[in-house]
Amino acid sequence: MNLDPVLLSRIQFAMTIGFHFIFPPLSIGLAWLLVIIEWLGWKRSDETYVRMGKFFGRLLAMTFAVGVATGIVMEFQFGTNWAEYSKFVGDIFGAPLAAEGVFAFFLESAFLGVYLFGRNRLSKGIHWFSILMVAVGSTISAFWILVANSWQQTPAGYVIQNGRAELISFWDAVFNPSTVVRFLHTVDAALITGAFAMAGVAGYLLLKNSENTVARKALKLSIILGLVVSLLELFPFGHGHAVQVAETQPEKLAAMEGLIDGQANAPMVLFGVPSEDPPRLNYAIKVPGVLSWLANGNTKAYVKGLNDFPPDETPPFWLTFVSFHSMVALGQYFIVVMLVGVFLLYRKKLWGQRWYLKLLVFSIPLPIVACELGWVAAEVGRQPWVVYQVMKTADAISLTVSAEEILFSIILFGLIYIFLGALYIYLVVKEVKRGPEIESVKEVTA
Amino acid sequence: MIDLNTTWFALIGVLITGYAILDGFDLGVGVLHLFARGDMERRINMNAIGPVWDGNEVWLLTAGGVLFAAFPTVYATVFSGFYLALMLLLAALIFRAVSLEFRSKVDSPGWRKLWDWSFGLGSLLPAILFGVAVGNILRGVPIDADGTYLGSFIGLLNPYSIAVGVLSLVMFVMHGALYMTLKTDGELRDRMSRWASGAWVAFIVIYFLATMYTFFEAPYLLEGNLSSPLFWIFLLVLLASVVYLPMALKARQYFRAFLSSSLTILSIIGIAAVSLYPRMAPSTVNLTYSLTIYNASSTPRTLTAMLVIALIGMPVVIAYTWYIYRLFKGKTVITKESHY
Repeated sequence: MNLDPVLLSRIQFAMTIGFHFIFPPLSIGLAWLLVIIEWLGWKRSDETYVRMGKFFGRLLAMTFAVGVATGIVMEFQFGTNWAEYSKFVGDIFGAPLAAEGVFAFFLESAFLGVYLFGRNRLSKGIHWFSILMVAVGSTISAFWILVANSWQQTPAGYVIQNGRAELISFWDAVFNPSTVVRFLHTVDAALITGAFAMAGVAGYLLLKNSENTVARKALKLSIILGLVVSLLELFPFGHGHAVQVAETQPEKLAAMEGLIDGQANAPMVLFGVPSEDPPRLNYAIKVPGVLSWLANGNTKAYVKGLNDFPPDETPPFWLTFVSFHSMVALGQYFIVVMLVGVFLLYRKKLWGQRWYLKLLVFSIPLPIVACELGWVAAEVGRQPWVVYQVMKTADAISLTVSAEEILFSIILFGLIYIFLGALYIYLVVKEVKRGPEIESVKEVTA
Repeated sequence: MIDLNTTWFALIGVLITGYAILDGFDLGVGVLHLFARGDMERRINMNAIGPVWDGNEVWLLTAGGVLFAAFPTVYATVFSGFYLALMLLLAALIFRAVSLEFRSKVDSPGWRKLWDWSFGLGSLLPAILFGVAVGNILRGVPIDADGTYLGSFIGLLNPYSIAVGVLSLVMFVMHGALYMTLKTDGELRDRMSRWASGAWVAFIVIYFLATMYTFFEAPYLLEGNLSSPLFWIFLLVLLASVVYLPMALKARQYFRAFLSSSLTILSIIGIAAVSLYPRMAPSTVNLTYSLTIYNASSTPRTLTAMLVIALIGMPVVIAYTWYIYRLFKGKTVITKESHY
């Protein structure tokens, strides 16, 4: 058997990060929602919110645990699987990972313990502060890991010398052209993920019992917030990110938007069936000029197509196009769902609207799917580069690790992740079926 | 004069020591969990470390990230060289992390037994591998003139490194048992105290043997140590803490005994670091091929930026870690509201 270590390394990285990335957006979104819930429970002394906090706190704990467990791999696998990459960019790429540890991992992990074990043991103020620190810590974590990723997409603040990329400006590297837009886009996606998770769980509880006060208040909170963050994702965050890609990675934009030949008055593709080798778009439905306008603010502007670049420097077309368009379609679906929810709430018809509540339950995983699709579009769209126009992915692997060893670890982690994923779903479903407590447990003095 | 590279060598030493002292006790508790009696005792174990274990493990993650940032060549060479061993370690840590959260979720003996084993073995393996990794670094790794790693997985399981692995295991068991004496009462505390005493004896014997072994396995480690004041300081702290530990335990001064084992861990890592310096991965092919704090480091600009990050971040981390330990001071009491 002739195994390709580059392909295997990519499969392993995609698998470990792809599985891990299910959990952090959910954790970040739920954590911020819990900051609001625990605040209301504390300040208004509203017992419903206290029970809501306990219930969703248990879901956060499980999500966080799997996120932490699968995240451990991330900190080490650049060295294990991408040793040439680590040596070449370590002077720049290592710092954000270290900063993430110092500024984020300690904060979120330490205070999650306080949050989970401190209820009834600590003052309500400290308890609320602990969930706030979990939310802040996980958001800072997102920032630093996205700094690292953004630097791969739009490297800045470095110079190639002594056979490697060396830092010349820390701040230019940190705030490279895609850091801020990517951070806003991704964190907002996490908030959407949290809002849909909470709305779906509340929807399920209301289907069982439409009088459930915890579920009613949770649903109200999550759809109002969900509408706001879903709209923000379309504009300005999603749009801003696309404009940045147009400026800094035009071949990625061309692949995402399905623009084969560069042109003025470039169209936006509403639908199309892509094919590879050479890249082609079949049965396309296009609106002329819109892509030029979105990318440059001018319908007449020239937008580069895939054919404007050397074929060996353009990303895989099919996967980039399909993942990007599916993500955008889902983003619009989220707005519609939340709009309908807020409309039903306004008309006071929300609690008994069974078809809508079922739709919410069905929609729970969709923002996670959208996050994964966005990640695929971003990373596949960057190929063949591991660092855009600096280092190719094929040159980045560990030369001393054999293909068989990589295959072994793929199988090992593949089995572990299937097991963990199944357990996570089983336990979350079990917890949701149990539902929030009927009455709040009185203070227990230890 | 202490330069930037030396500072970072020391700071990574601080992170590894922080990991060994903090996660060390919860790894030890995990190993002792294999010998626990009854569901209540197991719940006490897990809830005793519950509020803090996750933060403790971050010391390891941060050490990994910092090694990447400050000494990327070491990070890349050693981690890809130790590939299969690291994959097993990561798998163990994954199971350990989820065991704690999952165990309490289903009230069935079979389910709990599964996660008890997972937690116990997920703690045992890292407790041993920590020492195996240190042992392999101390005796050196096969690196050629180009800095390419030439070794194999089986090569990592050499007698010397396994001896250091057993040493780290008994050290963490001792440390974990002492932590549990702070968290428990009565019969259970007495049992933990006996575990600590037993592990203390084993620790002294194995430490003595391992040090003798070092003379034959890696004599270059001892060169220059006798003239290094830091070496003598760490050695004195080690002797004092090892001698004081059983005295404190006998006097039922559990916190002092725990502090002693913390100092033992600190000084033993200190001695290893002083012996290793300035090498980070000595080469067994030829010592001149070794990766050192100079030929494997990032640029001064990166090391400086990282130093600023560490000086801002770590005091805050240490402050709230200390604060959180104070919040959860005292015996572990299992109630209806216990998270695990």
